[in-house]
Amino acid sequence: MAAEQTPLRRFWSEFAESKLALLGLAVLVVVMVIAVAAPLLAPQNPYDLSQLDIMDGKLAPGEQSAAGKTHLLGTDDQGRDMLSGIFYGLRISLGVGLVSTVFALGIGLTLGMVAAYFGGWADTLIMRIVDIQLSFPAILIALILLAVFGQGVDKVVIALVTVQWAYYARTVRASALVERQKEYVEAATVLALSKPRIVFRHMLPNCLPPLIVVATVQVAHAISLEATLSFLGLGMPVTEPSLGLLISNGFTYLMSGKYWISFYPGVALLVTIMAINLVADQLRDVLNPRLKK
Amino acid sequence: MSDGTKPVLQVENLQTHFFTKAGVVKAVDGVSFSVERGQVMGLVGESGSGKSMTGYSLMGLVDAPGRIVDGHIWLNGVDVTRHDNADWRTLRGNRVAMIFQDPMMTLNPVLRIDTQMMEAITAHHHVSRQEALKRCRAALAQVGIASPDERLQAYPHQFSGGMRQRVAIAIALLNKPDVIIADEPTTALDVTIQGQILFEMQKLCRESGTALIWITHDLSVVAGLADKIAVMYAGKIVEAGSVADVLDRPMHPYTSGLLGSVPSSNVRGKPLRQIRGMTPSLLAIGSGCAFRDRCDDRAAACEAMPTFDVSAPHAARCHFPRLP
Repeated sequence: MAAEQTPLRRFWSEFAESKLALLGLAVLVVVMVIAVAAPLLAPQNPYDLSQLDIMDGKLAPGEQSAAGKTHLLGTDDQGRDMLSGIFYGLRISLGVGLVSTVFALGIGLTLGMVAAYFGGWADTLIMRIVDIQLSFPAILIALILLAVFGQGVDKVVIALVTVQWAYYARTVRASALVERQKEYVEAATVLALSKPRIVFRHMLPNCLPPLIVVATVQVAHAISLEATLSFLGLGMPVTEPSLGLLISNGFTYLMSGKYWISFYPGVALLVTIMAINLVADQLRDVLNPRLKK
Repeated sequence: MSDGTKPVLQVENLQTHFFTKAGVVKAVDGVSFSVERGQVMGLVGESGSGKSMTGYSLMGLVDAPGRIVDGHIWLNGVDVTRHDNADWRTLRGNRVAMIFQDPMMTLNPVLRIDTQMMEAITAHHHVSRQEALKRCRAALAQVGIASPDERLQAYPHQFSGGMRQRVAIAIALLNKPDVIIADEPTTALDVTIQGQILFEMQKLCRESGTALIWITHDLSVVAGLADKIAVMYAGKIVEAGSVADVLDRPMHPYTSGLLGSVPSSNVRGKPLRQIRGMTPSLLAIGSGCAFRDRCDDRAAACEAMPTFDVSAPHAARCHFPRLP
């Protein structure tokens, strides 16, 4: 046998061909570490209202508070340290993005596989719901749902899952229809394996590559959608600001020269989404057999 | 266990029709034959002659819009023709197994060999992991794979084409089926590997008493492997008999045409012989002999369908059989 090259190692060497993607991955890792370790890294707990002093409000970056603390990125109108606010905001953004993606993936994947394997009325019913769902803008559906449910992390996640599952269902159905025609499925039928086993053990792993790409892109979508919803005041409650809400808080002061309240959370959001998209782009190139050299 | 004289599989007047918008396609139209334990039958025919559809019918795997409309399939004396899906599931891969044409496609690329072999066992029998592994190892050794332990841990892409087909055959053998239906399993392999696999299959069937139905368009394969031959044309068996009878003394003009088309029997430098015309569309056969438009011996009588004597040791569906 030739030099031992596991599929994983080959995948990694192809991924590493793009320096931009590696940069994106590095940034993403840093952002994730910050998000996970926010309580340890942040100089202040921005959600603990007793630590906030309204007299420290709107301090410029680098200024000292009355208590003698230096605020590297300044404070917002509540006297909340911006750096801490961004760290905790990243935590919410990434958490909401990942959790909603996992749930949407699970639902979309199951329904898409069922539609592709069983066909007939199950396929028609599921795919028509997908069509209806995708014919509305995601933000519109999310806005309506949050207007009904009210604010909160769980409600934001429910809204994001509702608007996103259809993408996965459509993607997984398309690749499952291709896999279904392959002979190994017929061979499995001839062995009289159970239907769930054929669908989830045999067909599903062969359908994963396009799903991984869609899921990565959708994490970025979910994060920006959450930020948009929070910016519009429908996402997270005011006491637990996410990046979108921090931007929204500073929006009113933007014209009065106090740029930092909106600017730094905006940069953090931009960098996070850029990093995810760079990684997703390269993943798509590596996992798409048609783009292979 | 049935005794040696009683056929393990008997097919009587099997009719599998497809109800399409353009009309009824009689893919299998009154096929009868029987196979005994340890016997190898070659089912020969052109593309579209209904030989593969016969195989699928025997597995109970006819998809809509197709349906078995008439006839009987007796497996070990039980009529399985009217079996529902649940009944079929206890037979498929257990009492009847199938091997497909392309070994590159029939093994799932993302699952290890042991996973794929074990699930073939656990789908039918409640056995321990150890016991199942033991059987997998034995099956791999049976088809001539060296160091089965290592091979069980491998993925399909680490095997060559011939090795993959051996694995596919090993999977078919796992549950010691009564009948194996092999749908052109050596067509995708090169000639040396083909020879090895044919030899092994023949030996395995003799040893285990498994009946083998070998579906192919390649007469040379059947000549060396099979005990008896059935030649199919347009959904019907047109000639059946022992290998020696059919290949050396063909009675039906189609069989002799097929034998004449084999390149090695032609004279060097002359154009190759062929059967003129094309396989008729199964939608537009009408009554009468399906081969009459391509036949040199055509006569007025051919407008009526010739009969076929199932009980004779060597029979042809022709009004003017060529006498041996």
